Amino acid sequence: MTAPLVVLGTGLAGYNLVKEFRKLDSERPVVMITSDDGRQYSKPMLSTGFSKGKDADGLAMNDAGAMCETLKVEIRTFQQVTRIDSQQNKIFMDDDALEYSDLVLALGAAPINLPIVGNEYLMHVNDLMDYEKFHQAVQGKEKIVVLGAGLVGCEYAHDLASASYKVEIAAPDAQPLSRLVPDQCGQALIPALQELGVKLHLGKAATKVEKINDGLVVTLDDGSELVADVVLSAVGLRPRTDLAKQAKLQVNKGIVVDRHLKTSENNIYALGDCAEVAGFNLLYVLPLMNGARALAKTLSGQEVELQYPVMPVMVKTPSLPIVTCPPQDEGQGNWSIEGQTPHLKALFKDSQGNLLGYALTGECVAEKIKLNKELPASWYK
Amino acid sequence: MAQEHKKWQCIVCGWIYDEAEGCPEEGLAPGTAWGDVPEDWLCPDCGVGKEDFEMVEI
Repeated sequence: MTAPLVVLGTGLAGYNLVKEFRKLDSERPVVMITSDDGRQYSKPMLSTGFSKGKDADGLAMNDAGAMCETLKVEIRTFQQVTRIDSQQNKIFMDDDALEYSDLVLALGAAPINLPIVGNEYLMHVNDLMDYEKFHQAVQGKEKIVVLGAGLVGCEYAHDLASASYKVEIAAPDAQPLSRLVPDQCGQALIPALQELGVKLHLGKAATKVEKINDGLVVTLDDGSELVADVVLSAVGLRPRTDLAKQAKLQVNKGIVVDRHLKTSENNIYALGDCAEVAGFNLLYVLPLMNGARALAKTLSGQEVELQYPVMPVMVKTPSLPIVTCPPQDEGQGNWSIEGQTPHLKALFKDSQGNLLGYALTGECVAEKIKLNKELPASWYK
Repeated sequence: MAQEHKKWQCIVCGWIYDEAEGCPEEGLAPGTAWGDVPEDWLCPDCGVGKEDFEMVEI
C-alpha cells in the first residue's frame, strides 16, 4: 500500500489545500493531523464575531467528522507531531508514527508573547479554540485592553467596541496600522474608533500586567495605568518553524520554500503563514488561497509555480473600511494622498508614475478594483 | 416569468452574495446574476476573488 499524503494542520491552509486537491484527485489517501479539535472555521471571521453575536460554535462551519466525509480524508485530532524523519519519510506523534508519500506543513503562525512581567495574564486569539476561551473570559465583563494597533488589534477593538465593551488600545506605534498604510490613512481610523468609545494610547508600550483583586492593571512606559477585566494581546505573529528546524529543513523567517512550495527536502512542502515563499512570508488570506491552489496542482502531478496576483488586504473596521496594497519596497517611490479625511486615496508611485501600491479609506475603497488593474500584474517577484 | 435568483457564498469568510439583492454598495444592482458580476470583483469582507465562491442552497 502506498503511503498517504499527510497534511499537518487543519486551518485555512490545510483545509483549502485538501479541498483544491480533491477537485483534481479523488483517490489518493490523505491524512490530516491537527493539534486542535479540527473544526473548520474561517479565520478572518474571528475578528468580527462579537459584533455578529457569535460564540465559537456559531463560527464553526463543520466539525472534523463532517470534514472527513466531505473531503474523503482521515483526520486525527488533538495530535502533537513531535518529529519528522525526512530520510525515512515518517512523522512521529506522542505514541504513534506515520509514513508519508508527500508531507505538507500547514502549521500557521503563533502569537508573539510580549516579554513583559505578567504576560501570563495576556490572552491571544489566533484560532477558534482561543476565541472560545476569550469569548468565555469576557462574558459579563466590561473593560478590555487591547495591546497592539495593527490589523488584528484594530479589528478586535472595533469588533468588541461594536458589541458594547469598553475598549482601550495601547501600542508603541504613533498611529494605527502603521505597517500597512501611510500615516494619514492610519490617523483617519482614530476618530472612527473613538466614535465607538475606544480610547487610544498610542506611542506607549505596555511594560507590566498585574492582577489586582478581580481585575488586571496594565502599566505603560509613561507610567500610566489602565484597568481592565481582560487584556488581549495582538502584537503580531511568528511563523511556526520549530518542527522544520528540528528536521533540518532550511528556515529563515518562515520555512523556506521555492515557488513550487517545496522545502529544502524532497517530498516536504510548506504552505500558508508558516511558509516563506521565494523570500516572502505573507500572513494574509489571499497569499494562502493562491498557494493552496498552486500546491494542489503540484501534488496532483501538474507542477505549477506559484505566482502571486495583486492581493489587497481588507481591514475589517466597518465604520471606516480600509483596503490596502502596501508597496513591496518603500524605497522605490513616494506616497501622494488625495481626498478629505476620513475618505482618503493614497497612491504609491515610482518616479515614472507607475502605481506600485495604494491605501484607500472610507468611501474611496470603491476604487480598489480599478486600482488593482493599474498595479503590476505579477506581485511579489 | 420571474428569474430564479441564486445565492453564492464565500468559502473563506462565509459572506453571501444574493443575486436578488445584488450589492448596491459595490455597484451591483439588485438582480445582478453571478455570471454578470465582474471577474475581478472581490469579496467585500475578506478580499478573495470570485473563484472562491460557491453556490449555496439556502
